[in-house]
Amino acid sequence: MSESILSVNSMVTAFKTKDGLLPAVRGASFSVKKGETLCIVGESGCGKSITALSIMGLLPSNGKVTEGSITFENKNLLSLKQEELRKLRGNDISMIFQEPMTALNPVFTVGYQIREPLMIHQKLSKKEAHQKGIELLKRVGIPAPASRMNQYPHELSGGMRQRVMIAIALSCNPKLLVADEPTTALDVTIQAQIIDLLNDLKRDFNMSLIMITHDMGVVAEIADRVIVMYAGEIIENGTVSEIFNNPQHPYTRGLLSSVPNVDDPDFHLNPIAGTLPLLSEKISGCRFHPRCPHAMEKCRSVSPDAFQAAPTHSARCWLMEDEEVRQHGGQRASTV
Amino acid sequence: MAGSAQVLYSVKGVKKYYPVKGGILRRIKNHVKAVDGISVDILKGETLGVVGESGCGKSTLGRTILGLEQLTEGNLVYNGTNISGYSKKELKPFKKEMQMIFQDPYASLNPKQTVGEALEEVFIIHTNLSGKERRENAIRLLKEVGLTEEHFDRYPHEFSGGQRQRIGIARAIAINPSFIVCDEPVSALDVSVQAQVIKLLQDLQKKHELTYLFVSHDLGVVRHLCNRVLVMYLGQMVELAPVDRLYENPVHPYTEALLSSIPRPVVGAKRDRIRLQGDLPSPANPPTGCPFHTRCPIAKDHCAAERPEWREIEEGHYIACHER
Repeated sequence: MSESILSVNSMVTAFKTKDGLLPAVRGASFSVKKGETLCIVGESGCGKSITALSIMGLLPSNGKVTEGSITFENKNLLSLKQEELRKLRGNDISMIFQEPMTALNPVFTVGYQIREPLMIHQKLSKKEAHQKGIELLKRVGIPAPASRMNQYPHELSGGMRQRVMIAIALSCNPKLLVADEPTTALDVTIQAQIIDLLNDLKRDFNMSLIMITHDMGVVAEIADRVIVMYAGEIIENGTVSEIFNNPQHPYTRGLLSSVPNVDDPDFHLNPIAGTLPLLSEKISGCRFHPRCPHAMEKCRSVSPDAFQAAPTHSARCWLMEDEEVRQHGGQRASTV
Repeated sequence: MAGSAQVLYSVKGVKKYYPVKGGILRRIKNHVKAVDGISVDILKGETLGVVGESGCGKSTLGRTILGLEQLTEGNLVYNGTNISGYSKKELKPFKKEMQMIFQDPYASLNPKQTVGEALEEVFIIHTNLSGKERRENAIRLLKEVGLTEEHFDRYPHEFSGGQRQRIGIARAIAINPSFIVCDEPVSALDVSVQAQVIKLLQDLQKKHELTYLFVSHDLGVVRHLCNRVLVMYLGQMVELAPVDRLYENPVHPYTEALLSSIPRPVVGAKRDRIRLQGDLPSPANPPTGCPFHTRCPIAKDHCAAERPEWREIEEGHYIACHER
């Protein structure tokens, strides 16, 4: 098995607000292997985008990683200077955003924006960068790429803009691409095109992909591994088939049965009661217990550890405690 | 549905064009054909889904049949009365019957008005209830949509997205309408909250015998909630069928492509996806003939020349396509 390219260790990201220092991510640990696609899923405010921005070093000025480490190819990203981080960003790690219209600069042509990273990071001349830019636009499936180079973002459709964003992100052959809800703003037929494109590119460039999304359908199409976040914590972590076929945490199960199935006429919608907690809300014990149908006495007072359901599958839920003891007991018995 | 298929609202050849002005004299240069000839009978007690990609005119259709947009052409027949030429005053009794739930509940609530005031306003406009009765009714509504009396004096910003949508729903059902246009009512919500609101809409429909026109781009939600589905493309009707028939046996190539594009939350279900080439054309300059021919995998020469007619291929299943 190839080794991990990025590993995040008990990272805490907190924001300075008028209510004090509020943690948006509370001790996240995960890693991404070479060529792997990791999906981070969760609802708004669960900290999935903040996790991505923490990795990129692009947190807003009132946010800071206060604990833990982020290691990318043996470099601790948190100890790098701004200038070193800038060299890494766009070159080794790139990011694409949800709304390409706000991520692209409206006053520069597509060509200018695609040449920029090539000239900065790869030291290409303007002419070479222009040629490479045309190739990249062609690679992401933009028709008539040479003439697109002279167009402005507003002249392109949403799907085209997202393709341009992807072309820019890929311009320096990054080892890791972080995609924050790249298809959420697009129509389904265009979304399907972009998912196919990302899958193709990932294979061709052998890059790792961190994809942030709330759409379980997209996750099933693209992910190798999935982490589920709730209220700032990673509550479940496993391979895509473990998460979909054998979800352990009640929240993951709830999330899966909240999405109406297109193929099943008799699908029974089973919503999770209650609402998402606010960042400032103090919740004792398990952060999910106020909404959890299985909450026990213990859940209200003690925060659960991560229990293993399988070697690659863990979840933070007290319900799994007994099960793990049983399994571990079984495993030990067989090794003895 | 109460067995008999009684028509509540008949939409006949409705068109809504927006002028595009240009030049120094601001002359009308062109028209954006947002809704271009929609005819559909909405049956009493049903939920009719309207689906399509952004810019297909589905929201404009919803607004037009509620009288929020002026008709360019066509007829609207509500419960046997043709209301298409009616003035604002003449429309008022009908507006009591028809309400709307919007996509973004935060934008549709007045930030300076408490929830109680927002609900009472509906009664002030449409009824002669006393202040005390209005308050009682408003509290009853809050409870009905899953909120409590304490929420009466709060402002919209104090609520979460899901709760705001509940307030929007309470407002819509306040004066017992029979027909509600739901314009993407759950698209802005997180999935766990979305499921709660869908449930609420279903419960209310059963309790008050409501008829819904459900505008959405989320085909999963539509399958779950609707009885019949109308697929639109560039302002035109593409296919209309009962929900299970449409999802299991789509006939129009656009419907096929749309359904095959949805990512399924099932691992390892490799499907043959129909890849549509290109983007949605501009509704200001739609293709000639069949609007879909520029992206259609089975388009022939005559598709570009002639607009396909709307025909019934099986009972209750209509399409507009030359080739199928």
